[in-house]
Amino acid sequence: MNGTVVRLTYRALLGGRRAWLLLLMSVLLLSMAVLLRIAVGVDHQVTADFLGAVAVAALVPLFGLIVGTGVIGPEIDDGSIVYLLSKPISRPKIIMSKLVVAAAGTVLFAAVPTFVAGLVMSGTTGRIALGFGAAALVASLAYSAIFLLLAVVTRHAVVYGLAYALIWEGLLGSFVPGARTLSVQQWSLSLTEAIATRDIVSSDVRLAVAGVLLAVVIVGATWYAGQRLRVLTLAGDE
Amino acid sequence: MSVLSVDTVSRWYGNVVAVNDVTMTIGPGITGLLGPNGAGKSTLIGMLAGFLAPSAGTVTLDGGAVWKNPEVYRTIGLVPEREAAYDFLTGWQFVLANAELHGLADPGAAAKRALATVEMEFAQSRRVGEYSKGMKQRVKMASALVHDPSVLLLDEPFNGMDPRQRLHLMDLLRQMGAEGRTVLFSSHILEEVEQLAQQIEVMVAGRHAASGDYREIRRLMTDRPHQYVLRSSDDRGLASALIADGSTAGVQLVDGVLSVEAVSFLRFTELLPRVARDAGIRLYEVSPTDESLESVFSYLVKS
Repeated sequence: MNGTVVRLTYRALLGGRRAWLLLLMSVLLLSMAVLLRIAVGVDHQVTADFLGAVAVAALVPLFGLIVGTGVIGPEIDDGSIVYLLSKPISRPKIIMSKLVVAAAGTVLFAAVPTFVAGLVMSGTTGRIALGFGAAALVASLAYSAIFLLLAVVTRHAVVYGLAYALIWEGLLGSFVPGARTLSVQQWSLSLTEAIATRDIVSSDVRLAVAGVLLAVVIVGATWYAGQRLRVLTLAGDE
Repeated sequence: MSVLSVDTVSRWYGNVVAVNDVTMTIGPGITGLLGPNGAGKSTLIGMLAGFLAPSAGTVTLDGGAVWKNPEVYRTIGLVPEREAAYDFLTGWQFVLANAELHGLADPGAAAKRALATVEMEFAQSRRVGEYSKGMKQRVKMASALVHDPSVLLLDEPFNGMDPRQRLHLMDLLRQMGAEGRTVLFSSHILEEVEQLAQQIEVMVAGRHAASGDYREIRRLMTDRPHQYVLRSSDDRGLASALIADGSTAGVQLVDGVLSVEAVSFLRFTELLPRVARDAGIRLYEVSPTDESLESVFSYLVKS
C-alpha cells in the first residue's frame, strides 16, 4: 500500500458532490428502516425482505459500482493516472491502495448503514442485523475488487457493471437458478444464513463454497487488476 | 548522462500504422521532435515514456527496456500533453505528492526546489484547477523535475502558451540541456524547434523523415523545388524569359495562370525581379503555392 496514493484517491473520490450523494443514499436507507419500524413494528421477516432486497441486492452493488470504478476510472479517462504511473511504484501496490479506499468507502456508506438499519428494525434479535451487516461487508469487498478491475480493463466499466448487477444478479438470477451460484449477492447471503439464528433467509450457495468463491474473486480480481495496470496503454491524443 | 535508443520501432493500432520502422538515438542535450499533427510524435513519446508497447522493435534507456519497467521513472521525468492533473490539489500539494510517490528522502525539500526552478512559488497555494494554461504547464514541469531526472520528455510543451511563457520555458529547457540532461520535446512548429534544439528529428506520417542539426533541416526545407503562381502585365513574355534562364524546372501557362517551379529558392528570388525588369514586364503578384508546413514535410518524405 502507498499512503500518497490512498490520500490522492480518497480526496478525488470524496471531494465534491459524490460524497454527499452517497451519504444521501445511506440516509435514505436508514430513513426507510425507521419508517418501516414505525409503520409495521418489529417483524423479522419484513426486516429480512427489506435488507435483502434494498440493501444487499441494490444499495451495496450500486455503491460498489460507484466507488469501485470511481477510485480509478476518472483518472484513466482524463489521463491524470500518468502521474501515478510515471513513478517507480509497483502497479499491484497502486491497485491495493485503490482497493483499500474503495472497500473502506463501500463499507462505510453501504455496509455500516445496512447493519444499523437491521438494528433499527429488529434490534439484536436473532442476529439478523449482524447477519446482514456481515453479508454487506463481504459483498462490499467483493464488489469493490470486481468493479475496480472492470474500470482498469474497460472505459465502459459503469455500463458493464450495471449490466452485471441488474441483468445477471437481478433478472437472470430470478429465472435461471444456475446464475445464482455465480452471484456475489448469493454468496454473501449464505453468510447471513449462517449467522442469523432465525430461518428468515436462504441462499442457494453453501457457506463453504461461497467463502471459497468470494476469496477467489477478491484475490483474483485484485491480482489481475495489478497485471492489467502494468500494461495499461495511455494513448496520445493523435 | 542517459541515452534513449529507439531501434526499428513500429507501432500500429489495428490497420493504422502510427509509427513506422523508426530508429533513432537521443542523447544528452536538447532534441526536438518535429512533425505535423498526426505524424506519430505522441505515439513515439508514449513508447519512450513506457506507456505504450512497441508493436515491433525495442525502446531502451541506457540499455534497459522501458516497457513494463517502472524503475525507469527514477531516471525519466515526463511532462504529458494532457492537462488533467489532480485539479483539486494546490500546486504545492501536487508537486509534493509527486515527490512522495517517487519515494524521495525529503519530499518537502524536493518539492520546494522544483517549484523554485519553474518560478511558481507565488501560486503554490492556489488550486491547480485555477491555473492558467502556462502556469499549469510549469507546475507539470515541476512535478517532472522533482526527482532530478536525467531524462526529460515533453509532449507539445509549448501548445497554448503565450510568448512570454514560451520564452520562460525555453530558458528553462536550455538550462536543463546545458546541465547535461537528455531533453526531448515535440512540436509541430519549425521555428520553435529551431530556436531550442541542437538536434532535430523530423517525423512525417509515422516515418522518421530527417535527422540533423537545425542548419541541415533548414537547408532540406528550403533547398527544394518551390511552386509559385505569378501574375504580371505579360504572362507569356515572362514565361519565355524564365525558360531561357534555366534556373526554373518547369513553367506552365494554363488558362491564363502562370505557374513556375523553381529549383533553387535563393536563385529564383534574385532571378525573377531581374528577368521581369529586363523584359519590361510589371509583376502584379508572386504567391508561393506550397509553403505550408505539410507540403514541406511531404517533400521531405519523398526525398
